[in-house]
Amino acid sequence: MRPLDTTRFALGAATGNRLRTVLLMLAMSIGVAAVVILTALGDGARRYVVREFSALGTNLVIVLPGRTQTGGFSPMNAITGTPRDLTVEDALAVRRASAVRRVAPLVVGTSEISSSGRLRENLVVGTTADYLAVRGFKMGQGQFLPDEDWTRGSAVIVLGATVRAELFGSASALGQFVRIGDRRFRVIGVLSSSGTGLGMNTDELAFVPVATALQMYNTNSLFRILVEARNRDAIPLAKDQVRQLIKARHGGEEDVTTLTQDAVLATFDRLLGTLTLGVAGIAAISLAVAGILVMNVMLVSVSQRTSEIGLLKALGATEATVRNAFLTEAAMLSAAGALVGYALGLAGAWVIRALYPTLPAYPPEWAVIAALGTALVTGLLFGALPAKRAAKLDPVLALAKR
Amino acid sequence: MSTGPTALIELAGIERVFHLGDSEVHALHELELRIDAGEYVAVMGPSGSGKSTLLNLIGLLDRPSAGTYHLEGRDVTTLSAVEQAHVRSTRIGFVFQSFHLVPRLTAQENIALPMMLAGVSMAERGKRVAQALSDYGLADRADHRPDQLSGGQRQRVAIARATIMQPALILADEPTGNLDRHTGDEVVRLLEELNARGVTLIVVTHDAALGRRARRRLDMEDGMIVGDTRTSGAT
Repeated sequence: MRPLDTTRFALGAATGNRLRTVLLMLAMSIGVAAVVILTALGDGARRYVVREFSALGTNLVIVLPGRTQTGGFSPMNAITGTPRDLTVEDALAVRRASAVRRVAPLVVGTSEISSSGRLRENLVVGTTADYLAVRGFKMGQGQFLPDEDWTRGSAVIVLGATVRAELFGSASALGQFVRIGDRRFRVIGVLSSSGTGLGMNTDELAFVPVATALQMYNTNSLFRILVEARNRDAIPLAKDQVRQLIKARHGGEEDVTTLTQDAVLATFDRLLGTLTLGVAGIAAISLAVAGILVMNVMLVSVSQRTSEIGLLKALGATEATVRNAFLTEAAMLSAAGALVGYALGLAGAWVIRALYPTLPAYPPEWAVIAALGTALVTGLLFGALPAKRAAKLDPVLALAKR
Repeated sequence: MSTGPTALIELAGIERVFHLGDSEVHALHELELRIDAGEYVAVMGPSGSGKSTLLNLIGLLDRPSAGTYHLEGRDVTTLSAVEQAHVRSTRIGFVFQSFHLVPRLTAQENIALPMMLAGVSMAERGKRVAQALSDYGLADRADHRPDQLSGGQRQRVAIARATIMQPALILADEPTGNLDRHTGDEVVRLLEELNARGVTLIVVTHDAALGRRARRRLDMEDGMIVGDTRTSGAT
């Protein structure tokens, strides 16, 4: 029998019984749709996290005081003690390293900011002019902190969009004064609204020169140093240079931790990638269930079409011909179900994206290919037994039935 | 009986035993039979006499428990399943009591089925089916499905299908059993016309009138041929 004829014959058989065909396609499509939607969710979560991390800036090496055992990212980083202060001088030294483009020291504290009677408890970040470029922020109005001597802080402040709105309402903030404790700061700029970055809403921050912040909070120690490498390839070198420089400055003791954004990203990427895979595995169970349904439906089909199979054999069909016809039918039904399921899955992912616009719920390509492939393989695998049974039917008994 | 070169079927020492639980049923027993090319044979006998088993065996749908079967001088009992399927495809045509048309296929698709299974090209199929449709007076029924055809038309489709591969042998199992007298006669005439053109025809029937039309009549009982009568020919 010619392949085209086999296909046409199987197609005729498949469409001959509507209910059976629809049921089978439904089962298969639910399985595939589940894989597509769940992997879209998992991969969406992964992409979301990756994007949030990328929003931190590019080619970043983060220096934090205190030494943890491993170079990886762990919650311990946040709570380890500080053996030796990480100072502005350290940051200045790092700035001279060859693989480093920009450096932004960071001091963080909480203060009450007041302006003409309005009061707001706010996170205040002490940093330098380069911070804007390192984080890739944009100014809404005015300018960012001036590029001045890091050890001499002027009394200026840059506000996040939310802070500005709450302190000044609709009035212009530029050139106005705000008060933090007993100090007066002139507002020289307002950041444009940027949304969240890693749970920290930059719209709710206020920025002052690093030296000013150190004085205000009466400390010598920086919270972080953000280091931007020259380019992506220079990240490991920059990390190394930073470590060596600070080690030399700290009496040969390695008492800081350097994190590269890539390492953190890779960890999350791996974590959520595994999660997606796990979820895909769970969804694949429904494909297996669909496969069992395929087998049942095909077995029923074989017994319903016993006399037809007997006839085909009497007319000169070999076992291989009969088997191929039934396998082709199972494969076609599975493939059609898989395609319908794929469409359903895409629609489902679209609905998720419509409901949660921040979650980029697109199914990954590998999942789509895997789902369609699995559906086809499942169909063939579970179609094999019914096809074999059909092929082995005794034509005499098959023809006698009716 | 002569053993001329025209022997189409030669059965020797055929046994066919079915096992039903503990008991053995001898459906065919010590069967010897020779049928020459071009013969018109009616196989008669009561139910359970083994005539259908004989037909299935001749049609290579069943294998004997013992004995040899030569078809056109070739020992077909030792052939593989695939080779037997090829013999069925090219040398043997079946006509069944209940027609056995595929319900979802049209008349012309049913007729083309053996050619499709044999891998005949589309163009050749179309040509031969068109010829068959006009030969059997079914030209205006080409696109009708079996449930839209009368019993006589269905059996004509079945005969067209049985002959489309131009077999040497037509095996008909109660071909008129589901038809009224008039359409039955029509179908028998069609089969006899085929026989007149040289196709060997073997008909299994209960119908004594049909049995009398054949030039040779085999009477069966308990798996054995108990009578082999030759008459001058059809009426």
